[in-house]
Amino acid sequence: MTFDVARVRADFPILSREVNGHPLVYLDSANTSQKPRQVLEVMREHNERHNGNVSRSVHTLGTEATSAYEEARGKIAAFVGATNPDEIVFTKNSTEAINLVAHSLGRHLSLKPGDEVVISEMEHHSNIVPWQLLCERTGATLRWFGVTDDGRLDESALESLINERTKIVSLVHMSNTLGTINDVAAIAERARSFGALVMLDCSQSVPHLPVDVRTLGADFIAFTGHKMLGPTGIGVLWGRYELLAEMPPFLAGGSMIETVTMARTTYAPPPARFEAGTPPIAEAIGLGAAVDYLNALGMDAVHRHEQDITSYALKVLADVPGVRLFGPTTPEGRGGTLSFDVDGVHPHDVGQVLDALGVEVRVGHHCAKPVCARFGVPAMTRASFYLYTTTDEIDALARGLDQVRKVFA
Amino acid sequence: MMLDGLYQEIILDHYKHPHGRGLRDPFDGEAHHVNPTCGDEITVRVSADFSDISYDGLGCSISQASASVLHELLRGRDADEIAGIHEAFVTLMQGRGQVEPDEDVLGDAVAFAGVAKFPARVKCALLPWMAFKDAAARAGVDVGAAPEVKA
Repeated sequence: MTFDVARVRADFPILSREVNGHPLVYLDSANTSQKPRQVLEVMREHNERHNGNVSRSVHTLGTEATSAYEEARGKIAAFVGATNPDEIVFTKNSTEAINLVAHSLGRHLSLKPGDEVVISEMEHHSNIVPWQLLCERTGATLRWFGVTDDGRLDESALESLINERTKIVSLVHMSNTLGTINDVAAIAERARSFGALVMLDCSQSVPHLPVDVRTLGADFIAFTGHKMLGPTGIGVLWGRYELLAEMPPFLAGGSMIETVTMARTTYAPPPARFEAGTPPIAEAIGLGAAVDYLNALGMDAVHRHEQDITSYALKVLADVPGVRLFGPTTPEGRGGTLSFDVDGVHPHDVGQVLDALGVEVRVGHHCAKPVCARFGVPAMTRASFYLYTTTDEIDALARGLDQVRKVFA
Repeated sequence: MMLDGLYQEIILDHYKHPHGRGLRDPFDGEAHHVNPTCGDEITVRVSADFSDISYDGLGCSISQASASVLHELLRGRDADEIAGIHEAFVTLMQGRGQVEPDEDVLGDAVAFAGVAKFPARVKCALLPWMAFKDAAARAGVDVGAAPEVKA
């Protein structure tokens, strides 16, 4: 069956709007994706018919809400190949999921001076700063993999970087800036041989390609709902259950307890231990609906479509004068996120001219300043694709870039 | 195209041919400001008598042209005049396109009137002006009350 992008687009109401008098060309899905009618309807239906608080009510509405919330957890677990739904912790976003691990795992491992945490230069700030703070708190040392000129993870220092002092390795699965998809098998294997734990930031991979935690080689992964057709305010931490079960809580309050006295508290088992307070209920259910939508299309088909679009875009951008691409120049081992420079024009100005033509791209440092520094630029322009992106939209981007060069000639 | 209001010829001219760019000695006060959302940065140096205002930076056409205009407009003026122009520029930028600029006060800076209609770009235009104000304060000269940057 061929992937019918027109039929997919018909499910996304926002794609039919205009921006500044032009049809919307939405090329910013790495930032946040658009949401299909099916997700919006499930959330509206929940709020109109089944709204109650979860895990604490005996009444019908609370029971319906709880079962929908837990059903969503099960769907999301299955989506990433987790055999146990209790390995899925709902968070606010990927950032919170990574902070959760940095805090709770850091305490569980009793990190101390001499221990090492390893990340990379390719990370989003959300996979840098929590580890910097952890190292500040504990005296552990932060080390990192570099990035090669063609935007791949530089594994040449693997043997010195991952050693008997390494306790945690946390890497991006697919770069939000360069589009690089990292094959972390060798790194994960070496980490495991020293007893270190591996976390992957899958914010950009889970939405776009099949991800199976049983073969990934990671102990934890983080991803976020709004980049995969779901709403904002809902993120996911997957962790191996036996690790989660040993980790102390992160945030404390209602729902995460077993029993509380004025003197002391014992904690609920995972995932409740890590879900203090009323969670984003409708958002979790919405994310479950997003997973249903993606499953119906098939993640293999979604990925193939994006590979086709990426190949096309790489060719088209290579023909636009003055455009310098950052990251892999072929579709192998990369996703549909293309960051580039337009010679002599600041990305802010590129983005402004494109917006006037209805073409929505991200400009700036993409919360990955070390990546920009690595390539010697203060900012980049980024076009990112999803299952609803068409070759016509890539052509609109190319026409927009011609206009950019005219304005700033 | 609606962009005409933003990218006035005057702005593009200042961007392509900046006036007074480059950090110079001697100076009495220096400030470095960044826009954390986009990474634009600027360093401004002033002498206490404002006989020179020098700057260097990285950024978009709006922020860099704004620095060039600031240099042209404020250099060689006294503190009171500068305070008046500074306030007029900030008021224009925060006016959401509703403020009619006075060319006698603002000179080339009137070209930035259109920027006020693009909330995401107001910070770009104000970046050099805020850095200038800090640099002046470090040189011991107060050029007016601290405006609150809202955009």
